[in-house]
Amino acid sequence: MALENKNLSRQEFLKKLGLFAGGVVFVSTINPLKMVFATEKPKNGKWYGIAIDIEKCIGCGSCARSCKIENDVSQEPFYFRNWVEQYTITNEHEIKVSSPNGGIDGFEQPVPDEDIYKTFFVPKMCNHCSDSPCTQVCPVGASFDSPEGIVLVDQTYCIGCGYCVQACPYGCRYIDPLKGVADKCTLCSHRLEKGLDPACMMICPTHARIYGDLNNKNSEVSLFLKEHNCAVLKPHLNTHSKLFYNDLNQEVH
Amino acid sequence: MPVQVKRLLLVFAFFIAISVALIYFLTPKSFGEYGHYRGKALEEISSTEIKYVQMDDCAMCHDSIAELKNSGLHATLQCEVCHGPGFNHIEDYENNRMEIPNEGQFCMRCHIMNAASPKKVIKQIDAVEHAEGEDCITCHNPHQPWL
Ligand code: HEC
Ligand code: HEC
Ligand code: HEC
Ligand code: HEC
Repeated sequence: MALENKNLSRQEFLKKLGLFAGGVVFVSTINPLKMVFATEKPKNGKWYGIAIDIEKCIGCGSCARSCKIENDVSQEPFYFRNWVEQYTITNEHEIKVSSPNGGIDGFEQPVPDEDIYKTFFVPKMCNHCSDSPCTQVCPVGASFDSPEGIVLVDQTYCIGCGYCVQACPYGCRYIDPLKGVADKCTLCSHRLEKGLDPACMMICPTHARIYGDLNNKNSEVSLFLKEHNCAVLKPHLNTHSKLFYNDLNQEVH
Repeated sequence: MPVQVKRLLLVFAFFIAISVALIYFLTPKSFGEYGHYRGKALEEISSTEIKYVQMDDCAMCHDSIAELKNSGLHATLQCEVCHGPGFNHIEDYENNRMEIPNEGQFCMRCHIMNAASPKKVIKQIDAVEHAEGEDCITCHNPHQPWL
């Protein structure tokens, strides 16, 4: 090419080289800027939210069990995408929280009935926050909010640094022991895609967990929020969680 | 401008150019389609296989059991809460048997006596006192506990 031209002066050669390099750089700068201009507009206008009715949870652990099977989560008792906690507040106002194997094997009440002030189950899962701390700390852009408001992990892109696991104030993430990358609840997006409910919500024998489109004021979750007095966990952290609990006690964290 | 600074600036420009070009060639194509992530990941995550189906799918073949169950107090229960995931069974029922829950403690997952469990939502029993050593299903039909 240019090098074969013997008559080319050094200055001309450098000029051409400069032009060529400039061209490459120019094209390259446009591409990374694509994400700045990318619209965050929902694809089909959905914005998913979840509601959990604490009054209905019987602590059978079917949700945690089905979640592990549906999503191939390690069966070891440290890895959960969703689990159930048993809160027991004694007459002396001591708060006991237990979640043996996430509730999969059932619960034991550690306190005799006459010493209990109050006790209840709290099903836990990813809050799918609108302003998720976990996605903000990801150094490589592997963790993100989908256009429908679901917080997801791109496992082929994740480097397994574990920042997001630390950042989640609700303890909803873990490093997959086999893949070595971050893993979390996806609201079963592979089921949503096929028109099915998330496994934990489908399997619940008392319909304690519901989900739906918060933008649609007639969806099941919107109507539930209208009729019940719901609260989110740790509102002071401004994560704008989209997991709403009915009948949430102040002691729950 | 002193010539040293000029040269330094040139060197800087060179390295910036190299890194910008590297970013261009190393970022996946769909990165930034919807935001600061790989757009294709959305598709990949939602393309995994399902394992649980829904009760309507069981009712296609087991219609009498489904009808029986839906007319009783276990109507809100999915078949798969007791029988395990059913996708494989539906695809090929001869080679993929469903679980038949028969350990004695099985019903107690839900009906166990626990103060945390709301009495309004579920009836609770003391297994030893109530069943007196017999299997629950000798007296209750699991698909319709009151027959
Ligand atoms: C395509 C029809 C079909 C569908 C759909 C289907 N089944 Fe079956 N199922 C069968 C047949 C046929 C048998 C009997 C198999 C045999 O005895 O070899 C059977 C057997 C069973 C058994 C007894 C297994 C055993 O070992 O005795 C259970 C439990 C069962 N099915 C549950 C379910 C559940 C739960 C679903 C829904 C997830 C379901 N089936 C969906 C056809 C179906
Ligand atoms: C409360 C838990 C429970 C639920 C819910 C349940 N089953 Fe069962 N099912 C059992 C148990 C326990 C047995 C074993 C009964 C026995 O051994 O006599 C059984 C047995 C069966 C059998 C084989 C025995 C037979 O009677 O032919 C089939 C088929 C079956 N179930 C289908 C279903 C289908 C379909 C549904 C959903 C409509 C369903 N089951 C829901 C607990 C359940
Ligand atoms: C996944 C949880 C679950 C399992 C497992 C389960 N049940 Fe139930 N059962 C329920 C729910 C929920 C109700 C509905 C209670 C209501 O509506 O009052 C119920 C209702 C009942 C009732 C009627 C209680 C009443 O109101 O008079 C009986 C009896 C019963 N179950 C027996 C059984 C037996 C026997 C088994 C084991 C084969 C079993 N259950 C397994 C959840 C379960
Ligand atoms: C000897 C037959 C028999 C056996 C075995 C048996 N039950 Fe019952 N069950 C009954 C009768 C009769 C009633 C209704 C009278 C009552 O409330 O005690 C009943 C009522 C219930 C109720 C409703 C209780 C209420 O407060 O209304 C539940 C729940 C229940 N049984 C679950 C079970 C479970 C779980 C098992 C297995 C551990 C089991 N039963 C074993 C005969 C039996």
